[in-house]
Amino acid sequence: MIDFTKSAGFNLAARHRAETRFQWMGKGAILLALAFLAWLIVTIAVGGYGATKLVQIAIPVDLSATNIDPNNIAAARFGKIVKLGLRTRFPEVKKRKDKKKLYNLLSTEASFELKRAILADPKLLGGTRKIWFTASDTLSLYVRGKTNVSVPEDQRRISDKEIAWAADMQKNAEIRTVFNWGFFTHGDSREPEIAGILAALIGTALSLAVCFLLSFPLGIAAATYLEQFAPANRLSDIIEVNINNLAAVPSIVFGLLGLSIFLGYFGLPRSSPLVGGMVLSLMTLPTIIIASRASLKSVPPSIKEAALALGATPVQAVFHHVFPVALPGMLTGAIIGMARALGDTAPLLMIGMVAFIVDIPKSILAPATALPVQIFLWSDSPERGFMEKTSAAIVVLLIFLIAMNLIAILLRRKLEQRF
Amino acid sequence: MSASKIDLQRPVRPPWIDRAIITILGLAAGLAILVTLGIILSLLSETIRFFGKVPITEFLFGLEWSPQTAIRADQVGSDGAFGAIPLINGTLLISAIAMLVATPLGLASAIYLSEYATKSMRSWVKPALEILAGIPTVVYGFFAALTVAPFIRMTGSQLGLEISSESALAAGVVMGIMIVPLISSLSDDVINAVPQSLRDASMGLGATKSETVRHVILPAALPGIAGSLLLAASRAIGETMIVVMAAGLAANLTLNPLKAVTTITAQIVSLLTGDQAFDSAKTLSAFALGLLLFIVTLCLNVAAHLIVRKYREQYD
Repeated sequence: MIDFTKSAGFNLAARHRAETRFQWMGKGAILLALAFLAWLIVTIAVGGYGATKLVQIAIPVDLSATNIDPNNIAAARFGKIVKLGLRTRFPEVKKRKDKKKLYNLLSTEASFELKRAILADPKLLGGTRKIWFTASDTLSLYVRGKTNVSVPEDQRRISDKEIAWAADMQKNAEIRTVFNWGFFTHGDSREPEIAGILAALIGTALSLAVCFLLSFPLGIAAATYLEQFAPANRLSDIIEVNINNLAAVPSIVFGLLGLSIFLGYFGLPRSSPLVGGMVLSLMTLPTIIIASRASLKSVPPSIKEAALALGATPVQAVFHHVFPVALPGMLTGAIIGMARALGDTAPLLMIGMVAFIVDIPKSILAPATALPVQIFLWSDSPERGFMEKTSAAIVVLLIFLIAMNLIAILLRRKLEQRF
Repeated sequence: MSASKIDLQRPVRPPWIDRAIITILGLAAGLAILVTLGIILSLLSETIRFFGKVPITEFLFGLEWSPQTAIRADQVGSDGAFGAIPLINGTLLISAIAMLVATPLGLASAIYLSEYATKSMRSWVKPALEILAGIPTVVYGFFAALTVAPFIRMTGSQLGLEISSESALAAGVVMGIMIVPLISSLSDDVINAVPQSLRDASMGLGATKSETVRHVILPAALPGIAGSLLLAASRAIGETMIVVMAAGLAANLTLNPLKAVTTITAQIVSLLTGDQAFDSAKTLSAFALGLLLFIVTLCLNVAAHLIVRKYREQYD
């Protein structure tokens, strides 16, 4: 306690200084937290910017009939053609070791790119053409100025020879930087310059669809029962406490449940969006139930009573009159729950959605990965190119999260009725 | 509309379809119990199998954790060591750092927002802080491992300190920032629930605003604040991705925040990702850790809810 007789009026100046200090502590705390947020977002946005760029190099490739049979294009050895092209571009390279370095300028994907280009446009055949190929990660980082060239040669990934070749090509405008559409249209890859997020995005979309279809109907059904029909007894109390506790269970525990019951007991396919969605729905269910109950509670009882007075049964009153009013709130709760599920990683790791997946998942039973898991996997890769990819994938994830939260807020504003 | 006579004396029995619908809704609500039972049963059954292979005393009191299972039967150290103490120690160390960061930040911002901030400032600062809670933990993990940890190590080496690249400090600080909004928004609610008459009385006696906060409002709101801190601690203990990515897997038994430690959640992830034999002690130990985690967080949550509920009754 303050001794007022002693302190009041006497050291007023000191007390006012204490007051100012106290206020600044509050301001400082908020500023610190927001500064951290800004640091995080700026770091990741800046880091991810590089992933939008794709470095390509132009190589003259000999597509005459000696290399490719026009009647049987698929049988050609595209990898060899590309390497031959590189050697004609740099005829001075003779040593085996140097040739290997030379091939390192190109992404391993180059031969497939050539194949696709020819299949798309067979008119290319029959002569030497200059074709743009994706550069390797090492070259790409160097061209974009991300490599520290001042360190000794044996401590960096790009050698002096490669730098000289790159300079020569730059002089002849044979290196260009384009927008990396592949990031949005490819699946995962071991090569950072090729890796994309499409497979992970589809996996996430499928899991979230399963999650929504399971948790939304179940969630609003449970909320409606608890709010409108549940008798006031011990069982209802237990259910209520139970739901509140489930909302605070660490998400990894739901993953353990999924692993042991969905995979182990029911034998559902590992790594599939079906199981992923089921696990996520267990997690979102409490969120949806709690939000839906709040929404149902805010509907004035007069609406239900009016319906009952006109002869509606309790079920009719709830479904025809209370429900439409409460629906926007329930949907908002569902979207916020889904946004949390979108970012959750740990339970998906438990049910094996960490596999290396290149193919776009075709069904909810196919092996898949999810966007946050992809971020986790890439962040673990030693190649520097993957660091940019990780940041870019995080930016995409955050954009989706912001979009979902915005939709929830707008929905609430637009449909909210005040009584 | 039927024009038939209605016997007003006859008690109205709801039509069967209504009863069926209510039953279905009730089953949906009962599912929540089923989920809890599922968690407990699945964790418990695997844990019991685990204790068939490794004695429970070793798990609870063992000081060494190295769950390698033997490839050959005669291999030295083929049993692996399953003492959970280093993991519990690491979990508590990182959570303690997180709470040390989050408690002052969260409380100070809650006090400022509820007692000093203007309405317009509140309306944009609160959502901005909520963003911190909405960022997926995998993003925090990436940031902790690739930005904060090197930053801390660099600062440390300039001060002449040896800091490991996967220090408990980096993971703890980032986790602390993550739970700031949890503490601030819960405490904000509690502080707002303190009756205005208490503030008026204190100010009327000549106390300054900060004296009112420190000597009147905080003591009145203390149980609620304690509840919010318990919830935040439970969140920190169960947090997975940040520690998986930033804290590493070295099971050191140390209280030094500059060293690498590992946590219960990080070990569960490392035990259960990758190839695994489903029956090995190594795999089963993950479920024992999961059960431990579930029990600890459940106790914290129940305690938090009890405290908050008891406190509410005083003023409402």
